[in-house]
Amino acid sequence: MTRTRVIGSRVGLGFRCRAGVVADPKRPEGAGRMERPEQGLGEPDSHPRANGCSLTGYGALRNGYVRGLPETETEIHHIAHNGGLYKRPFNEAFEETPMLVAVLTYVGYGVLTLFGYLRDFLRQWKIEKCNHASEREEQKDFVPLYQDFENFYTRNLYMRIRDSWNRPICSVPGAKVDMMERLSHDYNWTFTYTGRVIKDVINMGSYNYLGFAQNTGICKEAAAKVLTQYGAGVCSTRQEMGNLDKHEELEKLVARFLGVEAAMTYGMGFSTNSMNIPALVGKGCLILSDELNHASLVLGARLSGATIRIFKHNNMQSLEKLLRDAIVHGQPRTRRPWKKILILVEGIYSMEGSIVRLPEVIALKKKYKSYLYLDEAHSIGALGLTGRGVVEYFGLNPEDVDVMMGTFTKSFGAAGGYIGGKKELIDYLRTHSHSAVYATSLSPPVMEQILTSMKCIMGEDGTTFGKECVQQLAENTRYFRRRLKEMGFIIYGNEDSPVVPLMLYMPAKIGAFGREMLKRNIGVVVVGFPATPIIESRARFCVSAAHTKEILDIVLKELDEVADLLQLKYSRHRLVPLLDRPFDETTYEETED
Amino acid sequence: MDIKHAKDYLYWLYYQYLLVTCCYVLEPWEQSMFHTIFITVFAMVVYTAYVFIPIHIHLAFEFFSHIYDDSW
Repeated sequence: MTRTRVIGSRVGLGFRCRAGVVADPKRPEGAGRMERPEQGLGEPDSHPRANGCSLTGYGALRNGYVRGLPETETEIHHIAHNGGLYKRPFNEAFEETPMLVAVLTYVGYGVLTLFGYLRDFLRQWKIEKCNHASEREEQKDFVPLYQDFENFYTRNLYMRIRDSWNRPICSVPGAKVDMMERLSHDYNWTFTYTGRVIKDVINMGSYNYLGFAQNTGICKEAAAKVLTQYGAGVCSTRQEMGNLDKHEELEKLVARFLGVEAAMTYGMGFSTNSMNIPALVGKGCLILSDELNHASLVLGARLSGATIRIFKHNNMQSLEKLLRDAIVHGQPRTRRPWKKILILVEGIYSMEGSIVRLPEVIALKKKYKSYLYLDEAHSIGALGLTGRGVVEYFGLNPEDVDVMMGTFTKSFGAAGGYIGGKKELIDYLRTHSHSAVYATSLSPPVMEQILTSMKCIMGEDGTTFGKECVQQLAENTRYFRRRLKEMGFIIYGNEDSPVVPLMLYMPAKIGAFGREMLKRNIGVVVVGFPATPIIESRARFCVSAAHTKEILDIVLKELDEVADLLQLKYSRHRLVPLLDRPFDETTYEETED
Repeated sequence: MDIKHAKDYLYWLYYQYLLVTCCYVLEPWEQSMFHTIFITVFAMVVYTAYVFIPIHIHLAFEFFSHIYDDSW
């Protein structure tokens, strides 16, 4: 039994440049990593480095840090020069957690854990009432259900700041939203509604990238018309009586929008992933999945019964190593070749705000003759000149992606998901996908919302409104990200990604940030442990085309104030190109089963 | 005016202390418990430092001065 280990990306000093994946055929096997001597690092980037990364600007230090960024042209343009695979600059940099902040974060978790144990002790001896779920008397001798770390975390850490999550709203989640005021008299174990409504809270949390989530305008009118004509739905599956002419129309439009041969639509975005991956791969197949893939992809991969191996986030060296190993060694024990190798990636990663290195993934896929499954849940509509997603963003051919998956939930302001690809693939899915056989078909008014918004983005409604929305989003994204960087926050992700994670780190600051922002009439999404590594708590802003510049300026002004109050401006302006980013221990685990 | 400014600053410092030590999310009785422990430990550290550091410095000074006296 051979064991493959993914080697950590950050070892030792010296700026480590990774060799190009495809564009360097002369490179001998095994020379995937090359230590770059330090002599050339001080000079400005006059010529593309032979392999890997380039730093522009001056004063690059020993291990890839750039200190004291002057005003202009000093952003790190970390472009992987993989034989000119990229047609546009790919600016993705990452700033390390400052050491002091990391230590203080652990101190905070230490205090909370100690008090958690104290409270659990009091609960166990019935000194205080346990509000959380606990075993019944007759279950006493069974395996304990509520003793693992996740339950401890929920009971003792999450409960204290629970008021920052699951806030009920009572209006359409557009650029501004109405929120129901609620109070807790027992430290967030229960909430009571005061009956008051907090009006016009600026909404920085919805995935409403293009601003189609609204209850006025053409989409609403079209949907209302279809509702009177078709009703709310036919309560049957696509394979039985649920197939309407609207479905066919929508699928043709989606295929045209994506530039693929055919497409199929589903009533639920999550199950598009989780039910279609099992239809595509099975036992004897291999799935290579990005470590930060969404839960629906993970669930689908697990349900399929295929072997799953994880590569480091957006790290093409890690992916190539896994691909090469898979082809060299084949299946464990039997050493038969894998039936299929499927690479699972997302367009925009919703927690990191990073964009997939699609040109490199496609090059790798072609080189090793595997299949590519691209989840465009966040990128469709939000990226590219005309909103056609990450494929258009990089100027690639949609036919190079075998399975194009996406959702209508985000940019189109509706519900459901789609899969696009070759006609054979879609015909196969029509008969074999669980979603097609068992799930209720899309409801006609929802379809009309998708049809109208998609036609609007394509410019087929005779206006340029859709195109303006896409441009507005790109403009807002760049403005918001630039201002946040200038203010000194640590933000993650690609500079074109409308998902903007702002690092908070300390557990008390998660709650304080959510509350302070709501006090200033801004609704934000804060993210903590199970969704992120334990010290990398963050707030996640989703920029929308519905936000005007005035709204963004208000948000930035208030953010500045809150940041001074909470001391959130951690940035020391030392960016590390994303490739050199250290990762969690979880990625070092054995990949062979 | 200056007093108000100083008061604001002190409040801000206290707020930072709350945030960093995660007191901010604790319930009031837990907070007072944490403050008590924290102040006790801090006071003991200060007191120990006050009592012992001068003695140690004095002893060290004497020790080194003897060494140098001998060597010359």
